[in-house]
Amino acid sequence: MIKQDRISLTIDGFKVDVAPGTTVMQAADRVGVHIPRLCYHPKLSILGACRICIVELKKEGRMVASCSYPVEEGMVVVTSSPKLRRYRRDIVELILDNHPKDCQTCVRDGNCELQNAAYSLGVRERLFEGERKSFARDESSPSIQRDPEKCILCGRCVRVCDEVQGVTNLWQQFRGFESVAAPAHNNEIKHSVCIHCGQCVNVCPTASIVEKNTTDELFEALADPEMTVVVQTAPSIRAALGEGFGYSPGTPVTGKMVTALNLMGFDAVFDTNLGADLTIIEESEEFLNRLESGDDLPLITSCSPGWISFMETFYPHLIPYASTCKSPMSMLSSLIKTYYAETREIDPEKIYSVAVMPCTAKKFEAARDEHKTDWGAPYTDNVITTRELIWMCKCMGINFRRLPDSQFDSPLGVSTGGGDIFGTTGGVTEAALRTAYEKITGETLDELDFMAVRGVEGLREATIELAGREINIGVANGLQNAKELFDRLSAGEKQYHLLEIMACPGGCVGGGGQPYPPEDTFSLDPELVKSRAKALYSIDSNKKLRKSHENPAIQELYTYYLGEPNGERSHQLLHTCYKPNKRRGIR
Amino acid sequence: MNRDYSLSSEIVQSLQDFSEKNRPESYLIPALQMVQESYGFLSREHLDEVALLLRVPYAKVTGVASFYHFFNFKPSGENEIVICTGTACHVRGAGAVLDRFLEELQVKLEQPTEDGRFSVTDARCVGACAQAPVVIIGEKVYSKVTPDDVPEILSEYGFEADS
Repeated sequence: MIKQDRISLTIDGFKVDVAPGTTVMQAADRVGVHIPRLCYHPKLSILGACRICIVELKKEGRMVASCSYPVEEGMVVVTSSPKLRRYRRDIVELILDNHPKDCQTCVRDGNCELQNAAYSLGVRERLFEGERKSFARDESSPSIQRDPEKCILCGRCVRVCDEVQGVTNLWQQFRGFESVAAPAHNNEIKHSVCIHCGQCVNVCPTASIVEKNTTDELFEALADPEMTVVVQTAPSIRAALGEGFGYSPGTPVTGKMVTALNLMGFDAVFDTNLGADLTIIEESEEFLNRLESGDDLPLITSCSPGWISFMETFYPHLIPYASTCKSPMSMLSSLIKTYYAETREIDPEKIYSVAVMPCTAKKFEAARDEHKTDWGAPYTDNVITTRELIWMCKCMGINFRRLPDSQFDSPLGVSTGGGDIFGTTGGVTEAALRTAYEKITGETLDELDFMAVRGVEGLREATIELAGREINIGVANGLQNAKELFDRLSAGEKQYHLLEIMACPGGCVGGGGQPYPPEDTFSLDPELVKSRAKALYSIDSNKKLRKSHENPAIQELYTYYLGEPNGERSHQLLHTCYKPNKRRGIR
Repeated sequence: MNRDYSLSSEIVQSLQDFSEKNRPESYLIPALQMVQESYGFLSREHLDEVALLLRVPYAKVTGVASFYHFFNFKPSGENEIVICTGTACHVRGAGAVLDRFLEELQVKLEQPTEDGRFSVTDARCVGACAQAPVVIIGEKVYSKVTPDDVPEILSEYGFEADS
């Protein structure tokens, strides 16, 4: 038999040529027809569970699920007919029948895929009324909240947790009416191997899995006259926040974001980028020390709290290799309740420190015992996600698009381009190399763009020459890719010196707290992540100061407060430790 | 009754053998069957132990185990009374038989009596439809059972109602 290169078929009267193995749904996308879908996700394996993507095959006279049906030569496909519309509507009605009727009070009202499907398929009344499944909500985690009653069993969370993150914390438990996507033993998240990355939140079509919302506490704090409420914003927020207000992905909105935070009533708006610059100073010092002694190599980055949880649960033997540096957020939070409080003569117990993060795992990080003050309060009192900030702006009537630009406050708002690129995969490595190069050689680095470590591919390797030494670097984003990197590491074929691990695909720009993707794109879309990353690289290249150690605010910090990088005070305030999780992950 | 649920060395050895096979995951069901056969049920500890030994994620192990009716998660009584509620048994009155067993023993489905001697469970079609309704206790099969037969069946196992 001759192997065919292309397969031609007809979709709604249009002829289309596609490669063999293409599904009918993908072929329809090609001709500009969007077949409704719920369980399908372009970056996950095919499940074929929801059945709303059915189409008619004219010649065979039957209906098939287009997400899983491969194209055939000469096929005649109809994607829309009264019969199909009726069937799809019935399917959605049956899903809705087993779903709470609380759209108006639901956190995903307006951006729910089930709601959108019901609307676009013309579900205008609820014809069926029957028993509904009943499950308790799981509010045990500081990061992720599960409401299984809103679950439509699409299995996206199960697949992303298994296929993309390699965590496999969620699986369909029980059978029939009792089916639920849940951790082992139907346990609460607190008693599971969840690493809090929030990728399940990003792919969930409904509000069955969402971040733990902490905006109420924040509103209370902002209204409390006794508290000094300060906020810091992560590097990747500025590249994604605009999407919540109709800007296309990759539009940097730093100035408007600062104005919005001022309007919300924060007493000071600081930049996590400064924390990132500081991380680079501490981490590159740590790196050069390890390079010199040859001990504990490769150094593994520690800014991604999802990765840290993953390490503590699945790879505890790697703990000695992880950098002891706190994350940029936690470094800056430490300084807010010490350095900032002292210089401004504010009682640190009266400071409420907030962080806006692209990340659900940061909520978990902030609650860790290692990040608490001597008086028992967390250094970071509240972490909200990019999504929560978008909602707060809308709640407060802030007309984001009309806002003028503002600057971050001093002294903790000054940063270099090295801090900006932290928000994307490869960025930490690049920023560290810029500083390490000058430290080790004593020469000025002119070519700042380390193209070898850029890109959004899940796993990259590069070899960089640093003062006559070859430095082997591995960069992984998405924990399934990290697993592969660790396999290479344990195979021992080459000596790695530096590994950068980000839990989320694409790094923080693809974080579990980032906005639900605008139309025409989807979570885990490399193009979406790329455009957000591009915004960060352009901010970096437009900055005068692009090397973390040139940050004047940081230089001042070391001169007047911290002393030496990796010195005593730095260690006390800027470094942390890790411990193996009692529940061992199976990898 | 043996309350020590840690896996015996023979089972641990078999699970380790499974884990060295090409696709250990495909031995998950046989592994669970083996454990249930030995202990009568699958405890949380058993399930976690199977996961660790087979190197299959916990959630997958409990997901598979909880999908199949065959696996149970609570210890059953010494005498497990299985009442078929498949279609044929159902239409010939298995429901009333089941209710009578629960009533006589004063228990709920799959919950052993206080002395641990009896438990009642249902099954979907045991393949003896001509004998419907069917009740199985241990190796013994009772056919065409009516609710009134129940006290006599129970007395064969030394059960006497209080009243």
